[in-house]
Amino acid sequence: MTACWPHIELTVNGQQAAVEVPPMKRLLDVLREDLGLTGTKEGCGEGECGSCSVRMNGELVNSCLVPILQATGARIETVEGLAIDAELHPLQKAFLECGGAQCGICTPGMLMAATHLLARNPHPTMEEIREGLAGNLCRCTGFIKIFESVVAAAAMGATHAR
Amino acid sequence: MRGDPEVHELIAASSLPEVLAQLGSAPGMWMPIAGGTELMVAHAAGRLNTPKLISVWGLPELGFIRVSDDCISIGGGVTFGQIRRHAAIAADFPLLSRAASWIGSIANQNRATLAGNIVNGSPAADAPPALLVYDAEIELISQRGSRRLPYSHFHLGYKQSVLEPDELVLALHLPRRFAKHAQYLRKVGTRKAMAITKVALAGTAVVDDGIVAEIRLAAASVADRPVRMTAAETALLGKKLSFETRRAVRKALLNEVRPIDDIRSTAEYRRHVAANLLDEFLNELTREGSSV
Repeated sequence: MTACWPHIELTVNGQQAAVEVPPMKRLLDVLREDLGLTGTKEGCGEGECGSCSVRMNGELVNSCLVPILQATGARIETVEGLAIDAELHPLQKAFLECGGAQCGICTPGMLMAATHLLARNPHPTMEEIREGLAGNLCRCTGFIKIFESVVAAAAMGATHAR
Repeated sequence: MRGDPEVHELIAASSLPEVLAQLGSAPGMWMPIAGGTELMVAHAAGRLNTPKLISVWGLPELGFIRVSDDCISIGGGVTFGQIRRHAAIAADFPLLSRAASWIGSIANQNRATLAGNIVNGSPAADAPPALLVYDAEIELISQRGSRRLPYSHFHLGYKQSVLEPDELVLALHLPRRFAKHAQYLRKVGTRKAMAITKVALAGTAVVDDGIVAEIRLAAASVADRPVRMTAAETALLGKKLSFETRRAVRKALLNEVRPIDDIRSTAEYRRHVAANLLDEFLNELTREGSSV
């Protein structure tokens, strides 16, 4: 027997989307399982590691802690929305060029946290970059190359967030 | 064991009266959920025992920051991101702004609400020490009406409070008379970001002509709830900041704290560090007092 779940509409990377899922299903799982957007990763599943970071109505959130019902009508931005066709976003280019991405699990969350930071503060200091990414854990890079990537992206003018 | 979203009912209401009606219709049946930074963690771990949840996220009636001549009122649904970005709060209540900046990460701060931090009832919570040393009042609301009490009377014990099952935290009211006080807040944790408090101490004080004219002290993770350090306050009030006073205050504080050993620290460490934090605040007060 299939239960009758609420019809929930939201906008993901500028596209209208609709799902019928349990209202407590995590935004993370809806993105990955129902909408096929597997760029957003699950790390800890408890809001500590930041690998599931997305933007919701312009605010950075951990998608593992958002029940989908609370995303009703929301504007969601995920890592899939950064590149325009084959043209990578300046932050993505900077991560590639500066060695800011290694195994890749933290990278989508890092990119979204960095996008959020630069949208609010186009020329952050190193201290502001460290704070902006403090909720995103990386076990490969030692963080320095990630911070350098954000500095490089800021120098390229990577402030736009769609 | 991972929680199953299908076993939980979650409903949304479009207004505060609707939420209060739902809570009042079956007190204890519905659990309010705001930003989910606590409840969704419990859910993910399969530890969320209540099957029925009602979302209070985004309710405009809980999302206000109201600044008047003598008070700043912060709605229970205001996030710590909003608190730390608010200029009037930063000017009059800098300890609250700083505590807000310590709560998890930016992503956590964008979801975690003031009321959630309070009703969750953790003795380690970041906001309560600041609220306590600012003499905050808490306003609770239900279908039966609203009531307002000193925040220092809200917590009754570990995860116990005066909040009734049909009530929500409507607002915290902060009297605007601390801008000229000497202020202190320090949190000791494992690392700078994303760390839960091992021990924290907050203080506001006025030292007039070398005499402690006003003093409020509060601490986190030294008892079963966030607490004012009233014995230490009594040992300071009306006294000169002499060596003898400082020795008496340290003794009062050590007698007053009731920390425990747990996964994050030990009772002995917490007692010792709480007393050292108090020393640091008194050093600042002594320096300020001598420069006046």
